Amino acid sequence: MSASTSSDTYQPKTNLGRVTNFVDTRVGGSSIVKEFGRKIFPDHWSFMFGEVALYTFVILLLSGTFLTLFFDPSMAHTQYDGSYVPLKGVEMSVAYASTLDISFDIRGGLFMRQLHHWSALLFVASVSVHMLRVFFTGAFRRPRELNWLVGCVLLILALAAGFTGYSLPDDLLSGNGLRIIDGVIKAIPLIGTYLSMLIFGGEFPGTAIVGRLYVMHILVVPALILLMIAIHLFMVVIHKHTQYPGPGRTETNVVGFPVGPVYAAKAGGFFFIVFGVVAVIAGNFQILPIWDYGPYDPSPVSAGTQPDWYIGFVDGALRLMPGVLWGFPFEYVIFGGFTLSLNVLLPALVPAGILFGVMFAWPWIERWVTKDTREHHILDRPRNAPFRTATGVAGVIWYCVMWAAASSDLIATHFLVSLNDVTYWLRALFFIGPIIGFIVTRRICLALQRKDREIVLHGRETGRIVRLPHGEFIEVHEPLNDYKLHRLVSFESPEVQPAEPDAKGKISGTEKLRGRLSRFFFEDRVAPVTPAELAAAHSHGGHDEVETAESKAEISSR
Amino acid sequence: MGDHSHGSPKSSGTVATAGQSEVEKFQDPGLPPHRPRLADKDPRAEKRAEKQVAILFVISIIGTLLFFVGYFAIRLDETIATLRLQNFLLGMGTAFAMLGIGVGIVHWAKTLMPDHEIAEERHAVRTEEDRVIAETMVTEIIEETGIKRRPLIRNTLLGAMILAPLPAIGILRDLSEDLNPDVLRHTMWDAGVRLTRDPSGTPIKASDVTIGSAFHVIPEGLNEVEHKLEEKAKAVVLLMRLNPEDLHVSPGREDWNYNGIVAYSKICTHVGCPVALYEQQTHHLLCPCHQSTFDLTQECKVIFGPATHALPQLPISVDDEGYLVATSDFHEPVGPSFWERG
Repeated sequence: MSASTSSDTYQPKTNLGRVTNFVDTRVGGSSIVKEFGRKIFPDHWSFMFGEVALYTFVILLLSGTFLTLFFDPSMAHTQYDGSYVPLKGVEMSVAYASTLDISFDIRGGLFMRQLHHWSALLFVASVSVHMLRVFFTGAFRRPRELNWLVGCVLLILALAAGFTGYSLPDDLLSGNGLRIIDGVIKAIPLIGTYLSMLIFGGEFPGTAIVGRLYVMHILVVPALILLMIAIHLFMVVIHKHTQYPGPGRTETNVVGFPVGPVYAAKAGGFFFIVFGVVAVIAGNFQILPIWDYGPYDPSPVSAGTQPDWYIGFVDGALRLMPGVLWGFPFEYVIFGGFTLSLNVLLPALVPAGILFGVMFAWPWIERWVTKDTREHHILDRPRNAPFRTATGVAGVIWYCVMWAAASSDLIATHFLVSLNDVTYWLRALFFIGPIIGFIVTRRICLALQRKDREIVLHGRETGRIVRLPHGEFIEVHEPLNDYKLHRLVSFESPEVQPAEPDAKGKISGTEKLRGRLSRFFFEDRVAPVTPAELAAAHSHGGHDEVETAESKAEISSR
Repeated sequence: MGDHSHGSPKSSGTVATAGQSEVEKFQDPGLPPHRPRLADKDPRAEKRAEKQVAILFVISIIGTLLFFVGYFAIRLDETIATLRLQNFLLGMGTAFAMLGIGVGIVHWAKTLMPDHEIAEERHAVRTEEDRVIAETMVTEIIEETGIKRRPLIRNTLLGAMILAPLPAIGILRDLSEDLNPDVLRHTMWDAGVRLTRDPSGTPIKASDVTIGSAFHVIPEGLNEVEHKLEEKAKAVVLLMRLNPEDLHVSPGREDWNYNGIVAYSKICTHVGCPVALYEQQTHHLLCPCHQSTFDLTQECKVIFGPATHALPQLPISVDDEGYLVATSDFHEPVGPSFWERG
């Protein structure tokens, strides 16, 4: 290497320039600016859910750091001596007492606690909605399958972060939550009892669990989330962002605003907006008033309490499961003396297992059924992928039935109906709901696609009624301009791919299954309007009311 | 089902039969022309936008000041009202501080920064050229390690790598000193242990328990034991008195109740919540967590919900002074099932 590299020949004139140049020549900042300074990001409101997730996580880190300065995760016994009068002199754990101190004696502590809890709820919610956006628009397709997996892992980590945090204050609700977890762990065959004792450091509740969950909550889980976010964003940079279909947007380009300055300003500003909105909520709406519930005690429980929303679907599944069905209990003593509690195991593991299993596998399921291995950078409008949209809605309904079941007691008391009937209905919906949801959604999608075709072929209804010389009234339809037209016709409509014989001329069982699934998904399909159809519609007599006879479509034969 | 073709494809929005690939497509008209915004055309609008952004930033400054007013001017006393006011001021101060900056920047970006959409080409995630180079490299690297030619090294390394992480799991054994499931079979109850009120620990006279009443019960001496919560989590009991003729007593349990006074474990056999709700009229016990319902008249048999087995009954009697006492421990483990329960 020569002693004088080219970078030394540049002499900056200002102080700021000298500092910048120093850093640049040490870390190669120029190439980073060159790569990212004007990188293009497409703009759409639905792309902001992921940003909300990222920003609420930052708020969680900030508010969580504040809370760790004052929280003491000890389960040692103490007598409360803070300024909340109703609990003075009450025996409690140090963890609970320090949470009370944060709420009542440390200025801004209550605000930070509420900010932290509300952000956590919003974090899991925005991760979930972001994933729904990715699913319903087909953004998980090649080359983004692995990033979809990272997203699924992030959702699980978000749930873990939420749950470990919920259990820290050692109040009545968090203790009861842990008691339920303990019951579920004990139901695991063979190792359940040992696992429970290892986790709790002996018998429930013990004096170890809060400290153990604390290290998970403030170190292990956030570190994993940060790692996954880094991988997630790294892959976004590699793939570049997807974009919605539209004129000028193709599979080979990306249309949007450059990072500097517009996108950076909008995205950066959005962080402050999210922070501001969470602050409004935290300043005005109480969440988890632990002082109302008191310290953990295995004896009392508050009726009508709810878990944080994201745990609800598991709790609801636990509620839906009948312990005894038509006289047959779901608990057996097997191998002469060992208990298998299917009444707990099945609802705790199976629905969550199916939800996450299908979620993880979906990119490969779809690729296998459609035989579509191409890269996709243009998103699908949900209506243009009826099978996928219907499957997604079926999953959402299934989730929501379980979620509603977690509030079955509140539904019963609010609507003055029998709790047992609510449970019976939800049990039925657990099985029927997704099926109805699938059928209805697919029909709605197909109907919307047909409506799009109508609009393309006959133009927009103007609401202008014209009376013709011979007395007939018609409504004038206005043809679409090229840009609007393009939005409605530029989509793909996959077709049934029948089962095909392999190299030996045999059709394997899996291939038959694939063929059947393909038919199930795609036998009803609406194809985009072709230029020929549009031309025919315009020249066609009948009920052709399009204002100008000339065809707006420039037909090409690509 | 099949193709939904009604009418001709020209007049109804239905199904095209030809494949996508063979059909001609509309030409992409390209990016729509840029439409100038008000601030692009009108210098006054531009000036106005600039002022609006500045005002928003000033609002943020005011918000930060408001935060400090809330922090320093409000003295927390022992009333909830001051705490609520402080929380409100801190929240709204932070909100204005943040929203002022955020809305200001976004407004700036949307009105004053260029809004031309730009198209950028995508690049292949992997080029064939790179792949060839990488493959050659990897082949060379593996060749240089010689791992393929020396299976002895490979296999011993594999074996070592599989075993090496095991200590990381084994070292977790001491997370709990005690791993004997038998502790779950025993509670503090024993012959002669008095039933006392939860949480005060005062003993209960049989004569105090009137028909229709219910008591939350802990064993005598619970408040003094070292592992109070662990013992309490197993030993809490619900005590109720019914008309003796309402009780269906199974053989062997005839002397487990005292004049219609019965005691049952309060820990739900589903996943362990306290079964805290007693419906006096129907004699049902309801767990508020997952709604398992137990029928007191049928020895707490499950009649609804996810639990499978009945709440364990505590055999009780009275001592010489007329206080209720247990005559033994529970005859089966209380609380949620576990593998070794049998």
